[in-house]
Amino acid sequence: MTSISDPMLDVRDLEMHFAIGGGLLDRLKLDSGGLRLENPVVRAVNGVSFSIARGEIMALVGESGCGKSTVAKTIARIYKPTVGEIHIDGEDIAGHGFAEMLPVRAKMQMIFQDPYASLNPRQKVRDIVAEPLLEQTKSAADRKAVPAQIEKLLARVGLNAEHAGRYPHQFSGGQRQRIGIARALSVTPGLIVADEPVSALDVSIQAQILNLMKDLRDEFGLAYLFISHDLSVVHHIADRVGVMYLGFMVENAPRDILFSRPRHPYTRALLSAAPSIKPKRSSEEIVLSGEVPSALDLPTGCCFRTRCPFAWDRCARERPALQDVGAGQTVACHLTDEPERDHP
Amino acid sequence: MTGFFRSEFFHNYKRSTSAIIGSALMAFFAFAVLAGPFLVAQDPYDIAALNLMDSYKPPMWLEGGDPRFPLGTDGQGRDVWASILYGARISVFIGLVAMIASCTLGTLLGLVAGFYGGIADAIIMRIADIQLSFPSILIALFLMSAVGTGIDKVLIALTAVGWVVYARTVRGSTLSEIEKEYVQAAKVAGLSNRKIIRKHVLPNVLTPLIVIATIQVGTFVLIEASLSFLGVGVPITQPSLGLLIKNGFDVLFSGLWWTSVFPGVAIMTLVFGINLFGDFLRDELNPRLK
Amino acid sequence: MTTQTKSKPLLAVQDLHTHFHTFAGTVKAVNGVSFEIGAGEVMGLVGESGGGKSVVGFSILGLIDSPGKIEGGQILLDGQDLVTAGEDRLRQVRGREISMVFQDPMTSLNPLHTVGRQMDEVLCLHSDLDAGARKQACIDMLESVGISRAEERLKAYPHQFSGGMRQRVVIAIAMLARPRLIIADEPTTALDVTIQSQILKLMRQQIADKGASMILITHDLAVVSEMADHIAVLYCGNVVERGKTRELIETPTHPYTRGLIDSIPDTAERHDRLKQIPGSVPDIRNLPKGCNFKDRCPRAQALCAEREPSLTAQHGSLWAACHFPLKPGELA
Repeated sequence: MTSISDPMLDVRDLEMHFAIGGGLLDRLKLDSGGLRLENPVVRAVNGVSFSIARGEIMALVGESGCGKSTVAKTIARIYKPTVGEIHIDGEDIAGHGFAEMLPVRAKMQMIFQDPYASLNPRQKVRDIVAEPLLEQTKSAADRKAVPAQIEKLLARVGLNAEHAGRYPHQFSGGQRQRIGIARALSVTPGLIVADEPVSALDVSIQAQILNLMKDLRDEFGLAYLFISHDLSVVHHIADRVGVMYLGFMVENAPRDILFSRPRHPYTRALLSAAPSIKPKRSSEEIVLSGEVPSALDLPTGCCFRTRCPFAWDRCARERPALQDVGAGQTVACHLTDEPERDHP
Repeated sequence: MTGFFRSEFFHNYKRSTSAIIGSALMAFFAFAVLAGPFLVAQDPYDIAALNLMDSYKPPMWLEGGDPRFPLGTDGQGRDVWASILYGARISVFIGLVAMIASCTLGTLLGLVAGFYGGIADAIIMRIADIQLSFPSILIALFLMSAVGTGIDKVLIALTAVGWVVYARTVRGSTLSEIEKEYVQAAKVAGLSNRKIIRKHVLPNVLTPLIVIATIQVGTFVLIEASLSFLGVGVPITQPSLGLLIKNGFDVLFSGLWWTSVFPGVAIMTLVFGINLFGDFLRDELNPRLK
Repeated sequence: MTTQTKSKPLLAVQDLHTHFHTFAGTVKAVNGVSFEIGAGEVMGLVGESGGGKSVVGFSILGLIDSPGKIEGGQILLDGQDLVTAGEDRLRQVRGREISMVFQDPMTSLNPLHTVGRQMDEVLCLHSDLDAGARKQACIDMLESVGISRAEERLKAYPHQFSGGMRQRVVIAIAMLARPRLIIADEPTTALDVTIQSQILKLMRQQIADKGASMILITHDLAVVSEMADHIAVLYCGNVVERGKTRELIETPTHPYTRGLIDSIPDTAERHDRLKQIPGSVPDIRNLPKGCNFKDRCPRAQALCAEREPSLTAQHGSLWAACHFPLKPGELA
């Protein structure tokens, strides 16, 4: 993987496991094998590594259950990672406690998917937007300056001063996302984790919000970790794209290369499945069969082999590692070593 | 204020007969409780003002009645109407205070159980289960035998049972609110858990409690009446409506019905009014699916 | 309204008005919508949220409950008006002649009944087959929608299926009584892209096999461009443009359609900024005088604030409601 010097975000071998069995009593099982204590674990993220440079927009794509949202929330330290390192501006925050995280919160903020659930319905807009900033400013003089800053922020995202005193339910979905963006911007972070920020919006509003996010990046030098399932949105906004499947990163490449020369069979299937308004070019159509395996019971070897049209016995034995195939592209697939097998 | 009168809530209120009747009854009782004693000539608990010659006078529309005592008198010559007004004070006081105590305690425990989960949740919920298997009567009996009767003992008995419904409801609401993204956003903003509970979770779990609290006042009035009737409730010096019923019960079958029946009607009217209004509130505050 | 199909249409919606009377005002969700669909055709109803497209679907099946009401217009199925038809007739129509596929497979199946029972219910209502024949029909149907081990799966409950499989079951149920028209309301929106393409293929194949027609309701222009023969674009309860798919997508005449198409970030091309439609959808309780789109339209002029435009013929198969429609080759 091409290493970036002085990255804004550097994630190494990130893993996130969730124990889902419930309490002690729920996990005790009695059957013919005797009494045992089960411990079912969902392996949502399985060893993900990548970096984002300052001012870069990196997208993470994948379908539901691939772990991209979990990666986002783990990086934002909503969850504490099970294993791995998360370097924000050079500092590893993976093990930080509440007090140590507080100054980091000024460097990294988050935008959420659901415009209806991401704002407290009982808070006025100005209080919502000011919240992260108020946690960072403790002196009375600084706090006095906050309302003016909030007004400027609201104007920057396309809302005006009279909106500040209203409640979220009085706004449309697109406006609520703008409020969320203003909130994230309030501390002038270097990194914004955006979890499907436009998925819940109408297409015409999507365009407005995407344009706004790009403008803000140009103006403030923001880096984004942009989570999405929508390839056309990703194509428009990302500089670099990582593709995830069942908690693994299967491919990572600069945007143009990923869309023109995808290497991983899953990426290729994803690209061919995406509906497009332009008449379909003859690019290959890979149709996947079957359903995504359960994250409770990952397949051995390559996680994708159960649906991959090219899989052979090596794929069941050996999990492929991310390999550098040049021009900043990395792929985790055995086809890289044995390209002659790349035919249906 | 004008915003309220134009709101959907007020609009539906105007159209609901039961809501208007219910709130009218509640308002009447509120007035009686606050101003009543000043409107009545006789303080029924001032021994000096009583006259044994006035005892067991029937209600004024019956033969032998006295217009000074519209609903009759009891064995000590106390005006039944005045006794009801004083008694209602005590009943409502107990109902309200016990409700407030239950609500505060229950909400706090529910928030902790829902937000932190784990052992705290397990302990609180198990205590709640155990608590529910003890009727308040049992708790009051136990308290009385240990430390005697008194209004405070009644309050303890009622709160000991009453907090559970709040805890359960708040825990459920908390569990669903903490999954919402605005709570995660608060975490990302750097708020401590305590701040998140106070600023974000609490305001959003309060709405269903309004209905529970309203109806619980009525429930508590009834339970207190039963406790007093059984003699483990309020002391004789501070008779609630329930105790009045008990006092009149002994002579009920001699034909001297008014000392028992009128306090009973008073309780019934109060609780009925509360329930009517509470039903309306429940329908109004129920988040409707679009 | 002149027709766009050659023969007598299967379903003709004429000047439909469906309003919702809420405390805060009357919402004219469908405000004069007309279109036709012939046998074997797929029609796309496209629009953003609040455009009224789902309400059109529910109105056709008479599924509008208070505070909503169909206030005017006709829905002609083979010439018979469904708006004035009684509940009995509507019950005959539902499932048998017109069936519906809803968006969320989690809530459109009853979690307490097995899949087999839910399928059997449809056949009991709409066919004369005996128990054995019904079971076989269900098994055949499940297999044809791509569910393997069908006989076993009949005994399963909805929660035992994944999202994509559930939607296949929903489609199977919709097709069981061999309806002539299927209304699909955002059938793949809740599904992943790879599953979506499987389901869309499946629906195309089912319709073709059985000669049925489909109204595909969606906000996704890309999906509709791959599936539909014609498209009607809705905005604030009105059809603003309709016509054959390729023509509408390549040379749209209404500025809203043009704006929608330009808003779509497309995998084939790259622009630095997406062309966006400024402003937002007007409050549907308080629609402006004249054209509903005028406040967001780059071409709006004085006339647009005075008179509401009506659907007029443009080039080719396109009809648009606009005073200053785009000519082919013109960019907003």
